[in-house]
Amino acid sequence: MAEDALELVDVEYEPLEPVVDLLAAAEGDACVSDRSFAYGDVDAALAAADVVVRHRVRFHRWSCTPVECYGVVAQWNEAEESLTAWANFQGPFTLHSVAAAALGLPGARLRLVTPPDSGGSFGIKSAVFAYVVLMGLASRKLGVPVRWIEDRLEHLAGSSAATGRSTQVEAGFTTDGELVALRYDAVEDVGAYVRAPEPATLYRMHGSLSGGYRVRNVAARNRVVLTNTVPSGLNRGFGGPQLYLALERTMDVAAGRLELDPAELRRRNLVRADDFPYETPSGALYDSGDYEGCLDDALAHAGWDARRAEATAARAGGRLVGVGMACVVEPSISNMGYITLAEPSAERGLPKSGNAEGCTITVSPLGGITVTLTTTPQGQGHRTVAAQIVADRLGVEPQDVTVLSESDTSTSPWTVSSGNYSSRFSGVGAGAVAVAAERLAERMAAIREHLGDPDASLRRVAGTAHWNPESLPPGMDAGLAVTAYYAAPNLLPPDGDRVASSAAHGFVVDVAVVEVDRDTGRVSVLDYVTVHDAGRLLNPLLAEGQVRGGLAHGAAAALFERLVWDDDGNLLTASFMDYSCPTAPDLPTPRIGHRESPSPFLPLGAKGLGEGPTMSAPAAIANAVADALGRDDVDPPFTPGRVWELLER
Amino acid sequence: MTEIAVTVNGRLYREAVEDRLLLSDFLRGRLGLTGTHVGCEHGVCGACTVRFDGVAARSCLLFAVQADGAEIVTVEGLARNGALTPLQEAFRSHHALQCGFCTPGILIAADELLSRGGPTSREEIVDLLSGHLCRCTGYTPIVDAIAEVAGA
Repeated sequence: MAEDALELVDVEYEPLEPVVDLLAAAEGDACVSDRSFAYGDVDAALAAADVVVRHRVRFHRWSCTPVECYGVVAQWNEAEESLTAWANFQGPFTLHSVAAAALGLPGARLRLVTPPDSGGSFGIKSAVFAYVVLMGLASRKLGVPVRWIEDRLEHLAGSSAATGRSTQVEAGFTTDGELVALRYDAVEDVGAYVRAPEPATLYRMHGSLSGGYRVRNVAARNRVVLTNTVPSGLNRGFGGPQLYLALERTMDVAAGRLELDPAELRRRNLVRADDFPYETPSGALYDSGDYEGCLDDALAHAGWDARRAEATAARAGGRLVGVGMACVVEPSISNMGYITLAEPSAERGLPKSGNAEGCTITVSPLGGITVTLTTTPQGQGHRTVAAQIVADRLGVEPQDVTVLSESDTSTSPWTVSSGNYSSRFSGVGAGAVAVAAERLAERMAAIREHLGDPDASLRRVAGTAHWNPESLPPGMDAGLAVTAYYAAPNLLPPDGDRVASSAAHGFVVDVAVVEVDRDTGRVSVLDYVTVHDAGRLLNPLLAEGQVRGGLAHGAAAALFERLVWDDDGNLLTASFMDYSCPTAPDLPTPRIGHRESPSPFLPLGAKGLGEGPTMSAPAAIANAVADALGRDDVDPPFTPGRVWELLER
Repeated sequence: MTEIAVTVNGRLYREAVEDRLLLSDFLRGRLGLTGTHVGCEHGVCGACTVRFDGVAARSCLLFAVQADGAEIVTVEGLARNGALTPLQEAFRSHHALQCGFCTPGILIAADELLSRGGPTSREEIVDLLSGHLCRCTGYTPIVDAIAEVAGA
């Protein structure tokens, strides 16, 4: 219908000179932010270093492309001057405020409802908020409800994608491999607009500029540029793939220069198990871990030495086999204040900090337990985990707990940071559930004590609270419901140029073995090992699902997926024929290892783990490809055509 | 408008449809069978796969008028009397779906393969899945689930 109507609309465009390349944009007038940060004394440390390695990497534009596209239904209520919108939005709910402001509505008159579960998002659906505004305006104008379902062309052309980034790295080492200085010069392509919450991709990892290493002299120049391409936004890994491609490729280049085993070079620099909690130069507080233990596990699982020897022998025989690794710190639960780092300290507004989530648990007069979440799941299993936690604390079975995951900004216990991003569920989402369950359990214990019946059934306790409030302990509210809000600790507003950008930090070590087909340029992954430490695992099956899915996206970005525009800014990858997502034969089946170093700061000890291998796989695969080809000038994606061109060069 | 008679999940429907109406939109919009998902409308993602006279086919690449006289099975037609099929149970136990958006198409395609006596190997399952995009699972648990039911 809308497409039929579109034929009746004539638009005349006046073409302007397009800019699609980020470095060209940086040279012109399209740079909208330029900030420099320095921790320690990088200049002096580089000058004193025995070896200085300079390496440039470039991360391409790509998108996690959920198979379900955006959808919005908007209904304007003229009498109340309010808008109700249903959308497969995933948070953060900061964007609810942005949408309300765009509509000129007080927040309470934008009722945003998200479904109990929706198709995957991987960050991408945060940007549906712009269409909530557009459909809201259309509904207000037309006086009828308006529905819009995005198609694949619209999605690839105009929804959202990861940023592109060019990074020049300078790293100083001593002859025995100690990393003494690290400097980044990053140019970040955010597409056509700086859409909220950008330029967050550049700052989400700010506390982790030093990765998993002990280096204390770190500097970064961050430039944000605009191009005539799709705006960027949340995308699984969010800044991690870009940062770690730069850092971990540089570590491999350095290992070559220093004639050290890449694993050994990393080992000499990793934060040590007795260093935790460890404060990074740029302000992150790494909560817990055993980085060297993870490295040991990964090397053992992969058979690192044997694989390297086999690859060397294969190359001697003419095959292009390579082995690569990446060690990455996986931050989770983002500080809502980190983005203010994009402004100089003096120009920041009121302080922002923390990351909080709410949860309501109600017990009906007959003892039925209902949990309400505002974590907008898309298949990560939030309902399963919430039921587990509540059942465990209240002494019932998980199937006795009903979990509602539809969120509604008019009725749900949300906060500005609610939603499903920065792998925050197992920390603050489940944390809020745990706090609410604990308070409810305490109230129930108090009721039992007051009744003089320590074994009183759930139904008896609930019945008393509802039917006979005169029998409750003095001062206790009638009914039996708790709403609790939980905010992750240690997430202060930025202190000058330092910021605790995330509340929890997992660790991932990946090893990739690849073979490049000399004739076609095709890269095959022969083996892939990933070892993960995300603190306590709340549900091993779900955790493994996140590791597999995160790796699938990381490997996809490394080997297949790339948004391409021609010089005039026309999208060339406008369908799933041209934007190539991997299918089952294309992806490796990883061998997965786990360690559990519980976070001492979070209620369940669990850290996020949805993004780790998305951050590590592009770097690990790039290192393996560089090893296979015996050259350093390799940038993803390693599609057959691009690798073949490299072989011809 | 064209009159069509089509059997979907064992029930006969007679409907007047526009010639340009896609079979996927007919199933979802007209019959309310929203288990059939639409992810690309150009035949790549596989989410809209249904059985069309027994054959797994992309409903987004067919017009509803082409289904006149056909027998169609959608994901809603797999379970019998509310009981999940062994394949669906295996998907649950292997955590072979997260968001579930791609699942209906994969279940239908695997159901077809199973009904023909296959697959006989993991390779055959992996090959089957080359026609389906899943962005959540990395595919391995899906292969495991189908392999368990197939005894492959």
